[in-house]
Amino acid sequence: MIRTLPNSKAYTTGFKVFIVLYFVFLFAPLVVTMVLAFNNSMFPALPWQGFTWDWFFGKGPDKIGIFHDAINLRSIYTSFRVAAGVTILSTVVGTMAAFLFEQEEFRFKKLLYFLMLAPMVIPGVILGISILMFSTAVGLFFENTFGWNMDMFSPGIGLVIFGQFSFITTIVTLLISARLKKFDRTLEEAAYNLGANRLEVIWFITLNYLRPAIIGAAIVAFLMSFENFNTTLFLVGSNATLPINLYLQVRDGSTPVINAIAFLLIVTTSCIAVVNLYSGSRNKT
Amino acid sequence: MTKSEKIKVRWGFIIFFTPVFLWLFLLIVLPQIELLRMSFLGTDFHGKSGFTLENYGSFFTEPIYWLTFARTALYSILVTFIVLIIALPVAFYITKLAKIKYQGFLMVLILIPFWVNELIRIYGWIILLRESGVINYFLLKLHILKHPLEMMYHDATMILGLVYTSMLFMIVPIIGVMESLDDALIEAANDLGAGKVAVWRKIIIPYCMPGIMSGSIIVFMLVLGSFLTPKLLGGKNAMWFTEQIYNSIIIYFNWNQGAAFGFLLLFLSSLIIFIVLKLTKQELSKVIK
Repeated sequence: MIRTLPNSKAYTTGFKVFIVLYFVFLFAPLVVTMVLAFNNSMFPALPWQGFTWDWFFGKGPDKIGIFHDAINLRSIYTSFRVAAGVTILSTVVGTMAAFLFEQEEFRFKKLLYFLMLAPMVIPGVILGISILMFSTAVGLFFENTFGWNMDMFSPGIGLVIFGQFSFITTIVTLLISARLKKFDRTLEEAAYNLGANRLEVIWFITLNYLRPAIIGAAIVAFLMSFENFNTTLFLVGSNATLPINLYLQVRDGSTPVINAIAFLLIVTTSCIAVVNLYSGSRNKT
Repeated sequence: MTKSEKIKVRWGFIIFFTPVFLWLFLLIVLPQIELLRMSFLGTDFHGKSGFTLENYGSFFTEPIYWLTFARTALYSILVTFIVLIIALPVAFYITKLAKIKYQGFLMVLILIPFWVNELIRIYGWIILLRESGVINYFLLKLHILKHPLEMMYHDATMILGLVYTSMLFMIVPIIGVMESLDDALIEAANDLGAGKVAVWRKIIIPYCMPGIMSGSIIVFMLVLGSFLTPKLLGGKNAMWFTEQIYNSIIIYFNWNQGAAFGFLLLFLSSLIIFIVLKLTKQELSKVIK
């Protein structure tokens, strides 16, 4: 049954086969995508026609690699800008929210906490359209009352950042709160007794203690923003982010340049994830 | 505490409270209210806009709308069940059967695919499954098939994709709970002559219920609100409800209709979560953690 009990051979083998199959299911699409990035073919398909770097470095005319593909590079740059904005905003506000819910007492705290959790149960598509409609209404209001034509309320990078920020901050808050809960508040009292004010206590003691959680949350925020599609779809203007741009290419027929992008994304995110997990588990012990 | 210290503490509160309040009020509360307001607005044939129930009315009178809605809801429940049935043994193997030194490694292995962009994961399945895809290539090479099989654009393919993309959100919470299950309980049951089925039914599943519930809710939410997977893997003539919303807003530019659909989706998801929570007597804040 479990590892401390004697198990029949059939049981253990059966279970092992199941797990192996599960991991094949998990990795087959990723491995195949990565391998086909190096196939010397115009289509992301077999047969294997030899190894090539063209889908990374090709200069054309028939094979334009990712490093010379202006549209895809631009969308990667856009995604980086969005993710950077979302990461900074959501980490700052998420940390404040963690302090607010863990260390402050106020009326309607339960209600506000419930609201803070709400983005977790609102589908991303709904967040996207509701923010689109609200910002359009605000933009119209400014235009009609003051005659100001404000671009920031129409779809574009700013709106994408706010849209993603609206739910990623909840995740950041939960991650940082989890560590703040374990914080020994006698340390703060000791600092107060030694004459520190609240700002100093937060800066030198609490934030210092929270640092691993804040860094971890920032990485999660960055990755979530970088891959967000559902909320972004409705808020994006002419500057497509990478997932939106990839979606358009996959929908309308694709070349192995997508495999090359996938290869780079899989390798980078896996490295970040492994480093994050490794440092996370080290901090716990 | 002296008076000046008290004032300082309130300042701290205001500094923390203001950004959080602005975030929730401007980006969550007001947009949802606007969504609700938009869903009750419409233009009559004189071009005047005003209050109407038309947007909700057409949902019930046009079968295509509510059929899509029902289909989306039923498939989401089905996917949640499939994910649960696969996730339980995987979580069990990792926490209770695998050699302890491999546990961490297996966890990392399970997590990695889910850090990868959802679009890339779906793209991988397209490359595998399509008519000119890798699986067909091998099946033809091995003479198992004479003609390539079109495996894309079926409901089954879509379900496979949805199961694949939401798997992790079931496995992680279940592992979290299962880790704390004391092996002695299972050993004792075994000593007393309980079979495997009895151990699963009487010990493991009841013990893991909090993890199962939070996993199910998250998976259900994700599947219900997903757009990419049904759009890219699913059939061309059967839509997901999110596509319906997208079409109303982006293609037909009928924001009022789109708002009504959006609100219905929000209502459905809240309702199902509420029912599940009530049935299992759990609290939302606990489930989300």
